[in-house]
Amino acid sequence: MKNVIEVKELTKHYNGLTAVDHINFEVEEGEVFGFLGPNGAGKTTTVRMLTGVIKPSSGNVCVMGFDLGRDPIRAKEMMGVVPELSNAYTELSAWNNLQFMAELYGVPKRVAVSRAEELLTRFDLYDRKDHKVKTFSKGMKQKLITAMSLMNDPDILFLDEPTSGLDVRSARLIKEMVRELRDACKTIFLTTHYMDEASQLCNRVAIINHGRIAAIDAPEKLKMRIGGLQYVEVSFAAHVDVSDLSAMTGIAGVRASGDKIQLYTDEPDRTIRGLVDYSQSFGLEIVTLNTLTPTLEDVFVKLTEEV
Amino acid sequence: MIDQMRRAYAIAKKDVRIYYLKGAVVIFGILSPAFLFLAFMIGRDLPVDFLIAGLLGMTIFFASTSVAPVIAPTETQTRNLERLAAAPISITTILFGDVLASVFFGIVISLVPIILGMALGVTVTHPFILALGIVLAAFCFSAMGLIFSSAPTSMTSTVMMLSTMIKFPLVFISGIFIPVQELPSWGQALASISPLTYITDLCRYSFQGACHYPVMVDIGALTVFLAVFMAIAIKLHERSLPKRL
Repeated sequence: MKNVIEVKELTKHYNGLTAVDHINFEVEEGEVFGFLGPNGAGKTTTVRMLTGVIKPSSGNVCVMGFDLGRDPIRAKEMMGVVPELSNAYTELSAWNNLQFMAELYGVPKRVAVSRAEELLTRFDLYDRKDHKVKTFSKGMKQKLITAMSLMNDPDILFLDEPTSGLDVRSARLIKEMVRELRDACKTIFLTTHYMDEASQLCNRVAIINHGRIAAIDAPEKLKMRIGGLQYVEVSFAAHVDVSDLSAMTGIAGVRASGDKIQLYTDEPDRTIRGLVDYSQSFGLEIVTLNTLTPTLEDVFVKLTEEV
Repeated sequence: MIDQMRRAYAIAKKDVRIYYLKGAVVIFGILSPAFLFLAFMIGRDLPVDFLIAGLLGMTIFFASTSVAPVIAPTETQTRNLERLAAAPISITTILFGDVLASVFFGIVISLVPIILGMALGVTVTHPFILALGIVLAAFCFSAMGLIFSSAPTSMTSTVMMLSTMIKFPLVFISGIFIPVQELPSWGQALASISPLTYITDLCRYSFQGACHYPVMVDIGALTVFLAVFMAIAIKLHERSLPKRL
């Protein structure tokens, strides 16, 4: 697979602060590449540099072989972008927004008309095509913005928090669309706060923290990297003092989450036996008991705490 | 180049659809010059063709400078600017699109005083010079409007306040209410640095056949002002765009 995005020593300084610090990575053709990081880590700044919205202080970005610094127009023509905070033009209709995008990207009129019809139908907005966007719900606006980013049939799609704040149905529709685009060999650069979403959709993820790349790998490989973080999740029918459980042998840490308690351990078997003994000793009924491997969220938390 | 021109035209169409009926455009582009003109005209015994020429110059000025200053702060506030910045267009293309929208507005609104003048019996003796002057002035003042809109703010009122502070004094030194030749020498020197002076002079020539500067000087001055304003606007917007995202 060839690299469709190549990032070399990309750096951005703002008022003496380094928002992005000499990062390097490549994105291969046809992959869904997740870009994760805590707030203020440099995610949005990086995406803005990759999409040519802002210029880097140093380093360079190549998109489909075009240097974004030297040939920004050609590079941008290959992309579709769903910016995190951007909006459609609320005073225009959905149809006019789509046609405006087509004109900005030089899509021929006839193609633009059929593609707009197809996308509005796909996103369940066709009946509202002539309504002004200001009458749309947040979910409808987000679907329209996603449709707008697809008007030029891009080779690379940048999605910055595409499901943020959406209801379950709309979020699922957008995730399905990402899968369809992946199946159609499109490359997707996905920025998200939702670890489940990244885990489900991405071939590889990069985790950025304090402007530097903390890790890049496939989600499952990243999970294996912190293998010591297995945990047993238990739920009792009655309230339990968490400090009793943290005193058990082989427990690295305990976290209460709702009515469940997670016990981090290297020895899940021993922990389960300990929990059964504990429940019998105090006459407590165990409601659920599961052993779990680390999630991408665990990896994220561990890596962003470390750096 | 042709692609970028087409995309600038698309931006202009979008601006026409969204911004022409915005309150700030109507107030500063149409009502302000009308009321200002009425305030000075009523009670003064001046020839109609002199008044219409002044009204026309002022109308092109106010109308052409009223659209662009609304677009940039509004699109900063509504967060549409990032979408444009990510599109395959240069800053110059975005600005040229905004200029085109302002120019169309200026030209269309300038027809009102022309029609009014003709209804009052004023004849246009040099229609081609008038048409050229209107188009040139509309471009020049639209580029001037772009300079106002380069302030890195999302508040339309801030940009409008800034533009009003500059526009109103210009009206008084540009020979609209008092002919340039009747101004004291310092007033004539000030008038010569205002682009509004040259379109007003061209309008007087077109209606009355007489002007203070030679016609070619008026046209040349407007062209130079246009080039300078556009160059300044592009530089300022290149600097302010990242701050507005």
